[in-house]
Amino acid sequence: MTATTELKLETASRTQDSAPGPRTPGGSIAGEKPKAARDAVRRVWMAFGSNRKILIVTLLLSVGSVIGSTLGPWQLGLATDLLVSDGYTWSALMRQLLVVAAIYLVASGLNFVQAWLINDLVQNMGRDLREAAQAKLSRVPLRWFDAQPRGEVLSRFTNDIDNMIQNLQQVVSQAMLMLMTIVGVLAMMLWLSVPLAAAALVAIGVSLGATRLLSRAAQPKYAEQWRETGHLNALVEETFTGQTLIRVFGARDRVDRQFAEKNKALTAASMRAQIFASLIQPTTMFVNNAAYIAVVVFGAFQVLSGALSLGGVQAFIQYIRQIGQPISQLGSMAAQVQSALASAERVFELLDAPELSTDAEVTTHLALPVTGHVSFEHVGFRYIPDQPLFEDVSLEAKPGQMLAIVGPTGAGKTTLVNLLIRFYEINSGTIWLDGEDIAALPRSDLRRAMAMVLQDTWLFTGTVHDNIAYGRPDATREQVIAAAKRCHVDDFVRTLPDGYDTVLDNGGGGLSQGQRQLMTIARAFLLDAPILILDEATSSVDTRTELQIQTAMADLRQGRTSFVIAHRLSTIRDADMIIYMESGNVRETGTHDQLMALRGGYWQLQSGAQGQASPYIPEPLNTLKRTHQ
Amino acid sequence: MAEMTEIANVGTHHSDAPTWRERILKYKWTLVALLLCQIGQVTASLLLPSFSADVIDTGIAATDASVIRYYGGLMGIAAGVQLVLSAVAVFLGASVAYRIGQSLRADVFGKVQSLALSQVQGFTVGSLITRCTNDVLQVQSMLIMAFTMIVVAPIMGVGSAIMAVRQDAQLSTLLVVAVPVLAGIIGFLTFKAIPLYQRMQRQLDGVNSILREQIEGIRVIRAFLQQSRESTRFGSANTDLTDTAIRAGRLMAMIMPSLTAVMQLTSVALIWAGASRVREGDLEIGSLIAFLSYVALILIAVMMLGLMIVMLPRALVSARRITTLLQSPVEIGPSPHPKLLPPRGDGLHLRLEDVSFGYAGAEATVIEDISFDLAPGEVLGIIGATGSGKSTILNLIARLNDPSSGRITLGGFDLRQIAPQDFSSHVGYVPQKAYLFSGTVADTLRLGNPHADEATLWKALEIAQAADFVRAMPGGLRAPVAQGGANFSGGQRQRLAIARALVCDADLYLFDDSFSALDQTTDRKLRAALRGAISHAATVIVSQRVASIRHADQILVIEKGRMVGLGPHDTLMQTCPVYAETVRSQAMPEEDAA
Repeated sequence: MTATTELKLETASRTQDSAPGPRTPGGSIAGEKPKAARDAVRRVWMAFGSNRKILIVTLLLSVGSVIGSTLGPWQLGLATDLLVSDGYTWSALMRQLLVVAAIYLVASGLNFVQAWLINDLVQNMGRDLREAAQAKLSRVPLRWFDAQPRGEVLSRFTNDIDNMIQNLQQVVSQAMLMLMTIVGVLAMMLWLSVPLAAAALVAIGVSLGATRLLSRAAQPKYAEQWRETGHLNALVEETFTGQTLIRVFGARDRVDRQFAEKNKALTAASMRAQIFASLIQPTTMFVNNAAYIAVVVFGAFQVLSGALSLGGVQAFIQYIRQIGQPISQLGSMAAQVQSALASAERVFELLDAPELSTDAEVTTHLALPVTGHVSFEHVGFRYIPDQPLFEDVSLEAKPGQMLAIVGPTGAGKTTLVNLLIRFYEINSGTIWLDGEDIAALPRSDLRRAMAMVLQDTWLFTGTVHDNIAYGRPDATREQVIAAAKRCHVDDFVRTLPDGYDTVLDNGGGGLSQGQRQLMTIARAFLLDAPILILDEATSSVDTRTELQIQTAMADLRQGRTSFVIAHRLSTIRDADMIIYMESGNVRETGTHDQLMALRGGYWQLQSGAQGQASPYIPEPLNTLKRTHQ
Repeated sequence: MAEMTEIANVGTHHSDAPTWRERILKYKWTLVALLLCQIGQVTASLLLPSFSADVIDTGIAATDASVIRYYGGLMGIAAGVQLVLSAVAVFLGASVAYRIGQSLRADVFGKVQSLALSQVQGFTVGSLITRCTNDVLQVQSMLIMAFTMIVVAPIMGVGSAIMAVRQDAQLSTLLVVAVPVLAGIIGFLTFKAIPLYQRMQRQLDGVNSILREQIEGIRVIRAFLQQSRESTRFGSANTDLTDTAIRAGRLMAMIMPSLTAVMQLTSVALIWAGASRVREGDLEIGSLIAFLSYVALILIAVMMLGLMIVMLPRALVSARRITTLLQSPVEIGPSPHPKLLPPRGDGLHLRLEDVSFGYAGAEATVIEDISFDLAPGEVLGIIGATGSGKSTILNLIARLNDPSSGRITLGGFDLRQIAPQDFSSHVGYVPQKAYLFSGTVADTLRLGNPHADEATLWKALEIAQAADFVRAMPGGLRAPVAQGGANFSGGQRQRLAIARALVCDADLYLFDDSFSALDQTTDRKLRAALRGAISHAATVIVSQRVASIRHADQILVIEKGRMVGLGPHDTLMQTCPVYAETVRSQAMPEEDAA
């Protein structure tokens, strides 16, 4: 029963949280895309932030640079005319050539400064985007997270931002220059000869039209290409994470087949995008050549009729080449823009994911010191709207009490503590902490009052010391060692090459599951918070060690409210109150003896399947310890 | 029969990866066609200035309109030819690049599947993922550039040079100066940029792995209120990356302006050099103008190379990372003459003979001199403190790693002689961390036995005490499983992982602390059901709980990687103090033995 409720997390949060999804597959793509693309352009522009001023400066620089490089050929044409004219002198020619050289040098200089500035600009934008995306991680609800394949989120973070930046840099630094060049050159051409310029204009028009047509056709294909990339990455991520299993189960051939299919789909999608993309450049080149031909042929007639000088034709030829390069590159750039926009959309989608309310808006604060009085009042919670997991859960933990939460797997034990620490928000009822509704408190206040050992033993790349001191980065080495000793981490840390300074990479891959659990316990130990939450904290620790830790944990629990989820009887029997849960409901509450006397679900759980065997109640811990000595 | 072919397939999986040369040469005919297209395309475009020189020198000089029209027509044909040929060339080039990318991805993917556990840990999963995705993408983009543009540059450069020399040999001496200057600029900047790009790729990896870690640890980060610290950690890696990217980008920002300047100055020098000869009538003005066009083309060719070079360093680093992975030794290789295990259900004998294991390069061994003998139908329990090496032994039996010394035999054959596919069809394995693959419940259960029918699946679920909750789910066997099994509780995951192993109907079962997340009732029911279900098989159970192994035929007690006891419960209680103490710590009363 209860298992089912947790199951469709994905669909649940999709419908609840996600804004009208632009990723919906199907026919609507063609209609939505241009608007989405415009949005993405606007967002990219906004993403430049305060640097938009610099962007405008670079624009001015490229104007200067372009003026220089468009004046150049005209001036050089004058030199040629001088060469064939009667007024030729060597020194006049030299003067003219020096002018041209100076113009060109200045133009290149301005160009250089412009490219330099834009490089800094775009790279900084990349940093800001990555930062924004990372910051987003701490603001999205866990619900949203549960619904995303990890590889997919990561792919947006890495591949998409990277692709966007790489393309953007080339596009922004060169597109402006090119557009300006086209404008400048056109002006010069018009000034030199209107008919020839008209021919060139027609060529540009045709070229732009063709490019637009082709890139429009290519855009959805690019989107598809990136979508396929995301799918493939998700499979790679899943398979590599479960690599050992696939080997032992001999499932390799099947996974290989799946991969081959997705790989093929990606290649096919890439090819489809390429068909259009590969036409863009040759087409513009062709139009550009046509313009060149027109200039030469008509130019020749113009010279014949005396309307234009030979130097003028030469300048025109240079201009048409100068303008041809940017036009044909604008073509390939259009492809780059499409690819960058497709990635930008995916990145912004990530940045637009729904967010948690911020702590800043909250004015209530938890009074210090926290006594740890926790109560659940008619709490209702569901992962999916129509499938309640908790309907009406009430319970109370007085300051300093230890509550053990037991029940069959899937009863909702972990969910219960997840609600207390506000990983998820409840749907109805109230959870009180020291008389405050926790939903009205800043999350940071709430979490500062709690030390939690989670079921998954996450260690990050860093030293053993830093991992233990994770919740208290200012802890001294002595404090860390003291916590480590209490939690039996010290013994194996000493066997590591650099002791507490050993760097754990790959999430502590070299450590055993039990060792990782011990580290995470030490981490919570060091935190010294008024409320302690242990979710199957010692499930992978051997019993001898567990026994030893337990005395430490008993000390730790002194004066603290604690919530302990465990299966082992030895862990729970000391609890002030045991909450027995089943299918999201609290079925029985009381001490061990009371519940055993009740002969209900708890009793059955403890006495095993047969039920008839008299359950064994172990001796209390302290007597056990004595027998050891 | 089917098994035989499978074994043969396995052999080819591990064959050495093709070199880059072989990968590219595989498409040699396509590439030859591409090259021909490019040559034709470039030739056509090179003819244009030459025809225009004819227009000016013959047409204008002779004031003959028909000559102008004639050459104009030729130019039109050349432009049309160029359009078709270059479109074909670009498509051919891209399709070859995509195919190479596809096979590269497949090879990397396949290679990772055959790595030993210790190798996977060495590379780290995150880095393997990057190699299979981003690195391949980099190489692929580079190849597209190479086939469509880099190839064109030398053709265009050489072609233009020839045409220029044809127009006027004497003026060509200018090229002897200009081209080396250009090459020098590009060479210098590239030389400076490559190390930067290499560092950038490393830093990008760093940023990605931090992100990956933060996504995985999101709950812990939130519970411990370390969001701002994680942001700082990410921020500094991000800033380092950006700094390097900016420095590399600045170098690249110099390329275009400096090349353009050289090119423009060359055209000025050309007029200067040709001036006196034009005056003396040695050189026709049309030739001078055509020459200008060719110089422009040569310089465009060089500039194209310059632009490509921006991409090169990153792609080279990626290529190297892929090569490193593909060339890493196959530690868990198949035997050239694989031995065939008897058909399933006949029972297999497992033997460990003085088995030791240590990580490559590490001095200390993780386990040392482990020996035991396990007959079909027998159960061996392995117990020991956290970190004592229990899982390591199991990983060796599962052949996730090979022993450093000693040997493991199954059915009388050394594990290394058994074909992987044959081996895995005889083994059922339940890992410590119950990881489920996404899909439906049925998909995830059929991992080791894709043809298992639903009755088999239900039987396995019943034994694993998972039938009830699967039945209760909407869709039952068709209910979805999220990646890793994230939509199940820890205990449910573990039971599904057990069912998954049972579906294999194996002769050797390996349980790596597989009952830890189960409540006592379920644990007990499960073990009772299991005893009946796999009585024909040899079973190895690693556990922390004495209850899970005390009925085993033999119990292996491990401490700090060494055997400190081997025998049945009763004997060990007398002879092995470590075991006796463990039992006492778990307060197992003698009368619970029944």
